[in-house]
Amino acid sequence: MTAPAYNKPLLDVRGLTIEIETRRGPAVIVDGINLTVGKGETVGVVGESGCGKSLTMLSLVRLLPNKIKVRGGTAVFDGRDLLQMSKSELRQVRGGKIGFVFQDPMTSLNPVMRIGDQLCEPLIYHRDMKKADARKRAIELLKLVGIPGPEQRIDAYPHELSGGMRQRVMIAIGLACDPELLIADEPTTALDVTIQAQIVDLVKELRRKLGMSVVWITHDLALIAGLVDRVAVLYAGTVVEDAPVGELFKRPTHPYTRGLLASIPKLSDERASRLSSIGGTPPEPGRRPKGCPFAPRCGLAEPICHEHVPALLSFAEEPRHRVACFVAQRQMMEAA
Amino acid sequence: MGAQPLLKVENLVKHFVVKLGAFGEKGATVYAVDDVSFDIMTGETLSLVGESGCGKSTTGFTLLNLQRATAGKVIFEGENIVALDEKRMRPYRRALQIVFQDPYSTLNPRMTVGEVVGEPILFHKLATKAELPERIARLLADVGLPSRFAQRYPHELSGGQRQRVAIARALACQPKFIVCDEAISALDVSVQAQIINLLLDLQQKYGLTYLFIAHDLAVVRHISDRVGVMYLGRLAELATREQLFSNPLHPYTKALLSAVPEADPELEQTRRRQILTGDVPSPLAPPAGCRFHTRCPIAMDQCRSVVPEWREVVPGHHVACHAVAESVPG
Repeated sequence: MTAPAYNKPLLDVRGLTIEIETRRGPAVIVDGINLTVGKGETVGVVGESGCGKSLTMLSLVRLLPNKIKVRGGTAVFDGRDLLQMSKSELRQVRGGKIGFVFQDPMTSLNPVMRIGDQLCEPLIYHRDMKKADARKRAIELLKLVGIPGPEQRIDAYPHELSGGMRQRVMIAIGLACDPELLIADEPTTALDVTIQAQIVDLVKELRRKLGMSVVWITHDLALIAGLVDRVAVLYAGTVVEDAPVGELFKRPTHPYTRGLLASIPKLSDERASRLSSIGGTPPEPGRRPKGCPFAPRCGLAEPICHEHVPALLSFAEEPRHRVACFVAQRQMMEAA
Repeated sequence: MGAQPLLKVENLVKHFVVKLGAFGEKGATVYAVDDVSFDIMTGETLSLVGESGCGKSTTGFTLLNLQRATAGKVIFEGENIVALDEKRMRPYRRALQIVFQDPYSTLNPRMTVGEVVGEPILFHKLATKAELPERIARLLADVGLPSRFAQRYPHELSGGQRQRVAIARALACQPKFIVCDEAISALDVSVQAQIINLLLDLQQKYGLTYLFIAHDLAVVRHISDRVGVMYLGRLAELATREQLFSNPLHPYTKALLSAVPEADPELEQTRRRQILTGDVPSPLAPPAGCRFHTRCPIAMDQCRSVVPEWREVVPGHHVACHAVAESVPG
C-alpha cells in the first residue's frame, strides 16, 4: 500500500450520469459521479438503497437494465473509456480484466450448470485454456476461496451448496482470470455474520496475495471499516464525501456521513435509550430537490443549499478528503 | 428482576415434516426448534439471535400458535395457548401481536393504510365505526405518520413508512406482547434507527413486552434487556444483556460476537477475530450431542455424544455447554 501508486488510477470515472425512463420522462438516478480507484487500492462505495451505487458499477461493464441509460461522463479503465468500447472489446474486459461478484448468489449462478462448468467458462473464453487445464484451475480456485473437498464440489449444482458456499463460488468466478479490478456488489449482505467474517477475511487475504484493486459496494459502514483503504459515500446519486477510511471515521464531515455513523448502534456502547437518526427518507429518482440532494433532511441546511449543488472539494490539510457541502466548506475556509 | 413472567415457554418443540425426492416419496423431519424453554418477563425486551435457519423465527411463530407446536407448552395468563384451537385462541390473539420482517409483502396492496389499521379494531370490537377514523388517526400519530396517510395505499409508501404502518396495525388492538420478527432488518441504516427509537418509545408509553428476533447483534445490544442465542434449533445461551456481551460463556456466542464488524477502522485492523470454519449443518440431520460440536473450537469427546444440559450457572445466566464449569465467577 504505497501512496504514490494511487496517482495513476486504474479506474477513473468522471461525471457519470445515468437516467431512467419513466412515464413522466427521463429521471436522473446518478448525477455526475466522480470516482477513482488506484492500482492495488480497495475502495468502499457506501450508500443506502436507491442511492445509485450498484447502477454506477453495473454501468461500467454496461450491464444496465433496458430502461436505464448512461447519459454522460467517462469511465477510463487502464487507458480506455469503458463507456465507448465496442461490444467485442467489452467482452474482453468483462470477467477478464474486471471481475464481478454480485449480491445474490442464488439468482446470479446458473441453476442448471455445474459450478465447475461455470468456473471454467471464463477461463476457456478469456485465457484460451483447454478444458482439462481449466478444470484443474477451477479446482485451485475453489481451494483458494476455502471450499472443502473441491474435487467433489466442482461437479455440484448451485442448489447443493449453502449460501456461504455459493457466495464463495461467485467470488471464485470473479477471480477466475486474475482480474485487475474486482467489483463486489454487497457480496455479504445475504449472509450470516460468521460467514460474512469468513468472506471478508478471504477477500483481504486474496487482495494481499494477488495485488488486485477492489471496489466493495455496501450499505454497511461498520463492515468496511477494517477492509478498505478509502470510502466514497453516495447519497441520491452523488458522491457527498470521499476520504481515506481512517480519516472518514475520525473526521466525518458531511452531515449525511455523520448521521449514518451516528445511527449505527455500537457493540461498545452502553444501552442508550435513543439512537440518533436522520429524519425523513432519501428522495426518489425524478423527484430530486433543486440544490443539494440532502438539504431537505439536513439539520444544517442554509438557503444556499436549497438553491445550488455543492461541488466535491478537498480539505486544505488533507487533499484526499473531499466533501460536497456548503456549510462544511465554509467552516473549513474559516478554520484555515 | 422481580418482574412477573408474561409468557412461560416450556420445552417447546417444533418439527416440520418435509417431502424430499422428485416425487415427494421420501419423508424427512426438519428439527427447527428443539426443547426450548424460557420466560418472558412483563415489560422487558427479550431478543433471540442466531444465524439463518437456527429456528429463532419458528420459535416466535410457534409461541404465538401461528404454527402448531409439536410438543411443549406456552403459558399465557394461566392457559397453555399452543394447545388451543383457532377459535379458542382468538381472544388471546388480541394481546399477542407480531410485526414481520418484510413490510412489502405483509401489507395487503388493495387496502388503504386506514383499512389495514382499522380492521383489527373492528374485528375485536374495540371501537364503533363512528369512532374509527379518530382511533386510526391516533394510532398513526403514535407511529409518527400524519393522519392523511390513512387514505394511501402501501405502494405509495417507503419501506420505513410501511414498517410504521405494520407497527400501527400490531398496536391497533392494544396488545401486551409483540413479536418483532426481524422487523428492522430490511430497512436502511438511517431509517432503521428511526424504527428502533419508535419501538423504544412505544414500549415506554404502553408498557409493551417485546420478543425481538434479529441477527444484528449491535441492534440487539442496543435495545434488549435479555438476550437468547440460538443455534440449530436449540438455545445455546440466555442471559442479561450485560452478562452476555461482557461475559459470553458459550463458544458459539463468543464466535458470533467476534464476527460482528465495528465502525472503527483502527480497532478493526488490529482486532483478533475468532472465525468459525465451515457452515451450519443441515437441520434435517442435526449432529448428535451438542449441535455446535462440528464447528466448535473446544469440542471434547463428550460433546459428540451427550446433549449438554440447559443450566443456570450464574443467577440469570443460562448456558448449554459441557465446557463451562459448574460455577463461573460472574
